[in-house]
Amino acid sequence: MVAYYLELARRSFKRNVALTALMVTAIAFGVGASMTTLTVLHVLAADPIPGKSSQLYFVQLDPRPANGYVPGKEPPQQLTRADAEALLRAGTADRQAMMTSGSAAIEPQGAGLSQFFADGRWTSADFFAMFRVPFVAGSGWAAEDDARGARVAVISLALAEKLYGTTDAVGRTIRVAGNDLRVVGVIDRWRPTPHFYDLNTGNYGRGEQLFVPFSTSRDLKLERSGNQDCWGDPVGDLLAVGAPCVWIQFWVELGTPQKADAYRDFLVSYSEEQHRAGRYRRPANVRLRNVIEWLDFKHVVPKDVRLQTWIAFGFLLVCLINTVGLLLTKFLRRSAELGVRRALGASRRSIFLQLLVEAGTIGVAGGVLGLGLAWLGLWTVRQQPSDYAELAQLDPAMLATTFALALAASLFAGLVPAWHSCRVTPSIQLKSQ
Amino acid sequence: MLHMKDVSKVYRTEMVEIAGLLEELTGGHYLLDGVEVRQLDDRARSRLRNEKIGFVFQSFNLIPDLNLFDNVDVPLRYRGLTRGERKKRIEAALEQVGLASRMRHYPAELSGGQQQRCAIARAIAGEPKLLLADEPTGNLDSQMAREVLRLLEELNARGTVVVLVTHDPEIAARARRNVHIVDGIASDLAGGVSVVRAASAAAQSSSHA
Repeated sequence: MVAYYLELARRSFKRNVALTALMVTAIAFGVGASMTTLTVLHVLAADPIPGKSSQLYFVQLDPRPANGYVPGKEPPQQLTRADAEALLRAGTADRQAMMTSGSAAIEPQGAGLSQFFADGRWTSADFFAMFRVPFVAGSGWAAEDDARGARVAVISLALAEKLYGTTDAVGRTIRVAGNDLRVVGVIDRWRPTPHFYDLNTGNYGRGEQLFVPFSTSRDLKLERSGNQDCWGDPVGDLLAVGAPCVWIQFWVELGTPQKADAYRDFLVSYSEEQHRAGRYRRPANVRLRNVIEWLDFKHVVPKDVRLQTWIAFGFLLVCLINTVGLLLTKFLRRSAELGVRRALGASRRSIFLQLLVEAGTIGVAGGVLGLGLAWLGLWTVRQQPSDYAELAQLDPAMLATTFALALAASLFAGLVPAWHSCRVTPSIQLKSQ
Repeated sequence: MLHMKDVSKVYRTEMVEIAGLLEELTGGHYLLDGVEVRQLDDRARSRLRNEKIGFVFQSFNLIPDLNLFDNVDVPLRYRGLTRGERKKRIEAALEQVGLASRMRHYPAELSGGQQQRCAIARAIAGEPKLLLADEPTGNLDSQMAREVLRLLEELNARGTVVVLVTHDPEIAARARRNVHIVDGIASDLAGGVSVVRAASAAAQSSSHA
C-alpha cells in the first residue's frame, strides 16, 4: 500500500504545485538552517579521540606561592618543567607525555627550496601511542631517546613530501634550526578536532609538522610558543628546570577509573611531598580531567554557536507550524476525496497513513532542498575568519541526520492534519458534495 | 430492487449512511449479510463496507485527478487484491457499464451519465452484496437517467440487492418493493401495511431485501 500512497502523494503534489512548493520550501529552510548550525556544533563539540577520551587525563598541580591562595581555586593549567619531568620519571600512569608547542626553522637540503618555519611539538615518547597518532612510515621514538636527548624527529606527511618528494623519509636527515635530526617516523594526516591536547594554540588549530623529543628541544634551544605564567621575581632562563614558571602540558593515560583514582591520590601525595620539601607553598590542589571534562571546562565550543543552533531550531519550529497550517488546508480541501475513499472501504488508519506518507514525501523533498541550503550555509561559514571555519563540512552522519530531521519534521507536521482528516465522519464529507 | 421514498432528505440520507456503515448506529440492530455491525470497530466496519457495499451517489463522487481505471481501482486497493486481479475486475466493470474504451479518460472529460456509469462500475467492481444508490439520477437528464436505471435493473437482475433512494415516483414505480419514510417512520408497501420505526429499522429491512 505504501507504493500506492506514494503514487497518490505524487498526484496530490501535481494537483497543487504552489502549495506543495511552499511546504517543501518551508521545511527546506528550517532544515537547512538547523543543519548548518548543528553541523558546526557537531564538528566543534565532537569527541576528538573517540574510544579513548575517557582514558586520557590532563594533569594540573598548584606550585604557586602562598599569597593569593584561595581554597578550592583552580590550579594553573600547565606544569613547571621540574614537575613535568618528575611525573614523567615517576611513570606512574599507563602512559604519560609532557609537551609544549614550538616552531623551528627547517633548512631544506635539496635545491629549489628556501628555509621555512614549521610548527612543532616538543614532547616525550608516549605521545604517539597515547593519542593514537597514525604513521605512514616508521614510528615514534623510544623513552631512551627522551632520556639521552636523541637527535631524532617525527615529521608530518606534508613535510616529508615537501622536503623529500616522498613519504619514505625514515632514516633521512632533516635540518632543524641548524641541527641535523634523523627522521624516525612520518605521520599520516592527523588533526584532532578540537586540538584538545594543547588548547593554547587555538581550539581548532592545525596539527604540527615536526615532533622532537622535549629533552632534545631544550638541548638545541628550539623556540617554544604558547602561554607561560611565572611568579615571584624570576631571573635567568625561564625555561630552565628550576624556573618558577608553568608552561608544559602534561597528559596521562589511565585505563580504568580505579587507575584514575589512584593517580589522583598519587598527585596529592606528590603535592604534599613537595609541600613538605618547601617547594610548594599551598596545600595539595590537583585536578585530573579526562578529555571531555577538559573540553567542557575550557568551554571549547563557542557560546554563539550554541545560541545559533537554538535560534535555528526555533526557526525550524516556526517553519513546521506553518507547514502544519498548510497541510491542514491541503487535507481539508481534499475532504470530499477522503470521504469517498472512506465510503469505498478505507479505514481511518489507511487515510491516516496515506496522508502521513504524503507529509513524509514533502519532508524528503524538503530534505533534499534543505541539504542544498545547508551546504550553502556551511560554505558561508567556511568563508568566515574563525579558526573552526574550514572544519564546517557535512559528513555522512550529518547527511543522514539532515534527511532524518526533514522526515521527522514533516511527519511531525503531518500528524495533526492527518489525524484531524482521518477522524472526520465520511458522511459529513460526502454531504458537502 | 428496493425503492425508498422519503419526503424529508434528512431521514433519507441518514438511512443511506447507516445502511452504508458511514454513520454509527445509536440504537437497534443492523445485520448485514449475517454480520451484526453495531459492535464492530472502524477497521472491521471499513472492511465490511469495502467487501459488501457499493455506493452510487447523486453527485457521482469520482476523484477528479484519477482516470476512470484508477477511480474504479480505489475500492479494490483497500481490498488488497493483486494487480492482475484488480485489472481484470476493473476492465470487466467498465466493460459492463459501456466505458471500456474510456478507461484512460478523466471524469471531467465525460458527460454526467458517463460519470455516473463509471461510479456504478466502481461500486460493482468489488462484487458487493448491496448496492446503495442515493438519488443516482438526480443530476442527470431524463435520457441519461433511463440509461443509469437500466443498468441498475440489470445488476439487480443478476442478483445484486439494489437499494435506491429517490423521491421520483416514476423511478419508484419501477422497483419491486417500496418503502416510504415520512418523519422517520418507515412504511413497507411490499405486502400490505407494515410500519417500522426509525431509519435503523429500515436499514435492517434493507439488509435482508
